[in-house]
Amino acid sequence: MSSGMQTPGQPATDAQVAAAKTALDAHVRDTIQWHFNPETGTPFWLDFVAKQGWDPRKDVKTFEDLVRFGEFQDEWLRGGPVQRWIPKGLAGQPAYVFETGGTTGIPKSRVAIADFRTDYELFSDTLPEEYFPKGANWLMLGPSGPRRLRLSVEHLAQYRGGICFCVDLDPRWVIKLIKKGWTEHLEAYKDHVIEQAVSILSAGHDIKCMFTTPKLLEALALRLEKDGTSIRKAGITGIFGGGTEFTPQWNRFAHEELLDGAYLTPTYGNTLMGLAASSPTGPFNNYKISYYAPQPRAVVQVVDFDDANKLVGVGETGRVKLTTLTREFFVPGFLERDEGEREAPYEKYPWDGVSGVRPYRGFASSTTVGVY
Amino acid sequence: MLNLPILRWGQPYTSMDVDEVRHFATGEVIARISRANGGMIQRDIRKAQAARDALRRFPIDDLIERVKHAGELYMTATLAMGDGTQTPDEFVAAQSASTGMPEAMCRANMKKSAFVLAEMRAILTALTRRLDFTVLTDGWGIENGVPVSYQAQAPALGLVLPSNTSGVHTLWLPVIPLQIGLVLKPGPQEPWTPYRIAEAFAQAGIPREAMSIYPGGPDVGASVLDACGRNLIFGGEATIERYKGSARVQAHGPGFSKILLGDDQVDHWEKYLDVLVDSVCASGGRGCINASGVWASRHTREIADAMAQRMAAIRPLPFDHPDAALAAMTVPGVAEAVDKAIDADLTVPGVTDVTAKYRTGARFVQDGPANYLLPTVVHCASPEPAIAKKEYMFPFVTVVECPEAKMVESIGPTLVCSAITGNAAFMRQLTDATHIDRLNIGPVRTMALNWLQPHEGNLIDFLFRARAYQTAPL
Repeated sequence: MSSGMQTPGQPATDAQVAAAKTALDAHVRDTIQWHFNPETGTPFWLDFVAKQGWDPRKDVKTFEDLVRFGEFQDEWLRGGPVQRWIPKGLAGQPAYVFETGGTTGIPKSRVAIADFRTDYELFSDTLPEEYFPKGANWLMLGPSGPRRLRLSVEHLAQYRGGICFCVDLDPRWVIKLIKKGWTEHLEAYKDHVIEQAVSILSAGHDIKCMFTTPKLLEALALRLEKDGTSIRKAGITGIFGGGTEFTPQWNRFAHEELLDGAYLTPTYGNTLMGLAASSPTGPFNNYKISYYAPQPRAVVQVVDFDDANKLVGVGETGRVKLTTLTREFFVPGFLERDEGEREAPYEKYPWDGVSGVRPYRGFASSTTVGVY
Repeated sequence: MLNLPILRWGQPYTSMDVDEVRHFATGEVIARISRANGGMIQRDIRKAQAARDALRRFPIDDLIERVKHAGELYMTATLAMGDGTQTPDEFVAAQSASTGMPEAMCRANMKKSAFVLAEMRAILTALTRRLDFTVLTDGWGIENGVPVSYQAQAPALGLVLPSNTSGVHTLWLPVIPLQIGLVLKPGPQEPWTPYRIAEAFAQAGIPREAMSIYPGGPDVGASVLDACGRNLIFGGEATIERYKGSARVQAHGPGFSKILLGDDQVDHWEKYLDVLVDSVCASGGRGCINASGVWASRHTREIADAMAQRMAAIRPLPFDHPDAALAAMTVPGVAEAVDKAIDADLTVPGVTDVTAKYRTGARFVQDGPANYLLPTVVHCASPEPAIAKKEYMFPFVTVVECPEAKMVESIGPTLVCSAITGNAAFMRQLTDATHIDRLNIGPVRTMALNWLQPHEGNLIDFLFRARAYQTAPL
């Protein structure tokens, strides 16, 4: 096995970009037809257009036409009944509800049936077999509870023929500890989570792959190093990571000092969108991390801070705007709590990406990041 | 422009994350400083014992001579600073530019540090109460026929340093000759002294692996405190409260230093006016050892008035002016916020801004991009108003009327107390007061330090623990 270092990719060709755009527009039309058809549509959206007085099935032909919906208000996702988000065409199927936020007040909810499985199966195809071998067992070192991530990673492991071992981690309690300034409790809780991980890794479960966040990966690596071992020596060969604290410097630090040759693939995502994979990163691009949404099921755009309908130029900074286009869930123009730089299409993902993701400057002072 | 790396036990590490240090007046970027992260500190601290081991290869007597030489280099040499160099004048200019302190004050602080380095033998002799230095190196020895043992409580001392006063650096200078490593998190506006001292130490033959410097934000400070077994942190009242009672963290914050005029001397207050004004105004009034209160049982209005007349004459001057006595406030919004807080406190009955009638214009002065607060003397008719016990980072003082019999119980925590009195009973009461740290009896400026005496606790007691140590023939 090699060092875990990645190799540079190539920019997408014009033909690849054009083909992807054609596929996206077709997917948009299909998604709109589904969600706004009185027979199959989503109660929330049917009610929405009834009040608006226009028919998306006639007026939306391309991705750009989605601007007619305006900005998606995340407040719409708070409270019940959550059944209003289940398309009639999928009624009666077993449904999950996943939550996001919720440290105080009512959390935002997303109903899901099979999207999380589909998203993670698509993501599975991006994982190099050398570091994420089929049949290997996984460790889910991330949030538990009413979160999509926990079930998704477990499904990813199962889809690849392995079994997923999990820890207990309540991110809402972690946020409370941070806000209260109870740093000793925060450290104790982190130790509690890491101890669970170390126990699992030392129990002979043949775990080779892991999901975790930068903070927890750092804590685990340091703990293992203190114990005279390392991430790699503990058996881990591939790490799928997520979290907005994936800065280039931290990425470099992890590769140079924490991973001991394990492969790390950063991802960006949330309960609403799914999972954006990253293009190769390493010394060749100063460890820059660029994320690409699983288009056409989801689209990431980087838009002007003052005009959410205006894309910024490639390399320029703007706010992250997400659009989700699946048969289970339609979310047009959701402005994320993040900002970053617009990235050019890449050969494997011939559509726009985003790099340098960090808390949106308008919210940064009130956002608690890196909670687990 | 200089680029300053992280120093990881002496090894430079250039981070992709950098913070800019700007000239407070021009906005020009004068340095780009690599930003550390918590994981880096956690990893590096495992080598802290190697720092102590490297220092223990040199006898303390030898290290004392080396730091003395380092002090000479610090004052006179052109020394490496990141990817460039700095002469002493360039160092002073840079420190003044980023902190807002007039260059004359920066030079004065340089001299303080150099003095401590030059007088290290006397200082350590005093702080250790004439202990044979080899006891600290070996961990035990025989003194006057009795076995003694002093065990180092950590191989390296962590320091989370402030930006507001470069005088605090004198506190950590004795650590290296005590054969303890240093882990420094510099203040965002004052990275200069740690880097210059580190280079001077290295040029004087002190192993580079004895020191780490981790610039960065609050997360870096928290990591230093978490990683090191013994730490000093400088902060506000909240910081002091947070680490109260901690064996690992000694928190230094506002001093609330005061001058008390005893009833036996208060009628001669004019004789002590220079001491009062100097104690408030020296070094721009920024230090915890500047007086923020003058307490007396009578004549307080006359005292406040006389101080106000003297202090109102102090005005902002160019930062390179030899007589500049006011430091600019470089953190945006701070000067305005302090100004408003004082105005709010002045609405309480019995509280008067005595300087207002002698000052031309408002207390808050904006001179181009620089913000200043002009010296302020507030009279309090009693100790009750909240402002009576406040401290700000500019020449600010309250003159508080309080009966002598109630003074000790009313003054609250006081880092330096200069009591101008010859009254033996009052002196005894002050000597016994545990909320007073340093006590001066007589007309001693609160800023006047006796380097042979401890500051806010003895560094030796913090770094070493006396314990029993017995041996028997095999």
